[in-house]
Amino acid sequence: MFQTLLRKRDFYSGGLMTMLGAGVTLDSSTYDVGSLTHMGPGMFPLMLGVVLTFIGVLIFGTALVTPLGEDEHILPRQKEWRGWFCIIAGPVLFIIFGHYFGMAPATFMCVFVSALGDRTSTLLGSILLGLAITIPGCALFSLVLHLPFPIFRWGF
Amino acid sequence: MVTTALTDLWFGFGVALEPHNLMWCFIGVLVGNMVGVLPGMGPLATISILLPLTFGIPPVGAILMLSGVFYGAQYGGAICSILLNLPCHPPHAVTCLDGFPLTKQGRGGAALGITVISSFVGASWGITEMIFLAPVLVTVALKFGPAEICSLMLLGLLAGSTLARGSPLKGVAMTVCGLLIGIVGSDIETGTPRFTFGIPNLFDGVEIVALALGLFGIAEFMKSVNQLSEVDTKYTKVTFKDLRPTKDELRRSWGAMFRGTIIGSLCALIPGTGPTIASFISYATEKKISKTPELFGTGMIEGVACPEASTHSSVQGDFIPTMSLGIPGDAVMALILGALMIQGIVPGPQLISEHPDIFWGLVASFWIGNIMLVVLNVPMIGLWVKLLAIPYKYLYPSALFFVCIGVYSTGNDMFQVGETIVIGLIGYVLLLLDFHPAPILLGFVLGPRFEENFRRAMLISRGDSLVFIDIKDHPISAFFIFLAVLLIVVQLYVRLRKPKALIPELEMNAKPNNIAPVEP
Repeated sequence: MFQTLLRKRDFYSGGLMTMLGAGVTLDSSTYDVGSLTHMGPGMFPLMLGVVLTFIGVLIFGTALVTPLGEDEHILPRQKEWRGWFCIIAGPVLFIIFGHYFGMAPATFMCVFVSALGDRTSTLLGSILLGLAITIPGCALFSLVLHLPFPIFRWGF
Repeated sequence: MVTTALTDLWFGFGVALEPHNLMWCFIGVLVGNMVGVLPGMGPLATISILLPLTFGIPPVGAILMLSGVFYGAQYGGAICSILLNLPCHPPHAVTCLDGFPLTKQGRGGAALGITVISSFVGASWGITEMIFLAPVLVTVALKFGPAEICSLMLLGLLAGSTLARGSPLKGVAMTVCGLLIGIVGSDIETGTPRFTFGIPNLFDGVEIVALALGLFGIAEFMKSVNQLSEVDTKYTKVTFKDLRPTKDELRRSWGAMFRGTIIGSLCALIPGTGPTIASFISYATEKKISKTPELFGTGMIEGVACPEASTHSSVQGDFIPTMSLGIPGDAVMALILGALMIQGIVPGPQLISEHPDIFWGLVASFWIGNIMLVVLNVPMIGLWVKLLAIPYKYLYPSALFFVCIGVYSTGNDMFQVGETIVIGLIGYVLLLLDFHPAPILLGFVLGPRFEENFRRAMLISRGDSLVFIDIKDHPISAFFIFLAVLLIVVQLYVRLRKPKALIPELEMNAKPNNIAPVEP
């Protein structure tokens, strides 16, 4: 019984919402709640927190009453760790390289690394794609749209 | 009243035909169409990515461009669904049913031609409706006090979250999460920082661009990476001669088009029932009244004409509450409203009288934009078809760059990029748990105004929470609450004794299925 419950998606969805709701409820009571006439900053979040907790419990309840769907998984069947990692790593590198080296290196790293996330991509193909995006991209944002973000800089 | 509407419309055409506004509208339609055609890019992702580009433009131009992007992207999505069987936007799921078989028979061009005509017919009707209905709504809405606004928002939020796809319960949960994200930042009355975790960058609240790009950009890419099957471009050789439908096809489509238009505009009147539901209902109706219902699904031109007409007429209808009441019906409208707020324009019933250039310019530009769409698509169809062949592995890294730089440009702040990454990760977890993140945006956009009006209503009523259902003093508010309760009761009723087969089928079809199988 408990084993099947652990495989249900709604078990986690409900649990997540309940926890989130409870967290919000607890946290908002640290602000000034005030009275119904003169509401403090804590009142509205408090109400939302209670509502969210309630909904979370309801979702949790549906997990108890509905049978386990065939083929119910939390993670998709194919785990795309490489893809997921690269998609997150791209913007992270954009922040780091943008902060220290400027727009062009940031753009290149962002496109290059995230392109590596596709299973069929090659190193050379990703480098070429990176260059193909970086040059017109920087021209567009720096020269045409005048974004205050230097193309190159040394930010240490 | 008709004459005032017509003079206002005349004024609107004056605004929309100003050269720079015309240019923004054209750029919007062109870019929207171009990005929307790319497989895997729905209107939501397209608008969110292009949203930062509009910040430097004056408000009128920005809103014209964004709505151009929207219907351009929608039409681009139709091309993608008819020629490739890849519905990137839920309403197009129905168009695929008959559009793709037509493509396989070599009549894909004609289906696209019919799509152009029916979307124009549908949109024109929706625009006419907007011209006459919006001012009427405004005169009513201007009498609303905080209690009425609050109840109306509650109704809008409930309808938007429960009638959308997926489980209604999860939809409400997402809306509440959106409202909570809207709370992040300084409290409007006391200035107390709430849910900022001590981070000063969050004192101004979460950036709408970061939220939209995290949820509809990064999270979607994580979902689709390595999942899109190789695009089959076997049937996509369409030149602009093929666009012309035969006389017989045209004759069969007219009726379907008009019925679809009417159904779409009726659906738009019920808050929350967006284009997806409209397209399903109109397809079902068309099938029912057809003499040969068994042929639907094998390439009937009526099956393309009716959902497209109803989608467009209901989309235009969705602009009515968005512009006249400031209450968006779905995530796309929430984004457009968010763009207005970024430009410093307060949405609500006062918008039409305070910014007539925006409202009437927008109405006029709908027509101009839709004509542009027709004119643009006839010669450009060859190019669009080539764009369809761009593989996803080149697409998402480029889109990620636009996400990063777009978010950065909103405040020239790398913190926002980090915010987007975190939101994207959370969004992907939510997608895995079968939540649909679109209502988050709805809650986020409405949240601050909802709270403000709620607090004000309670202050005026001296803490009496029954003010919202007080039939004697606030009959309108009580009516909205009644509708909201009715909505929940009806849904519970339908769920508890539902025809079980119907709902999963609808849900399955309605998912924005980027990974729809490409038939061999």
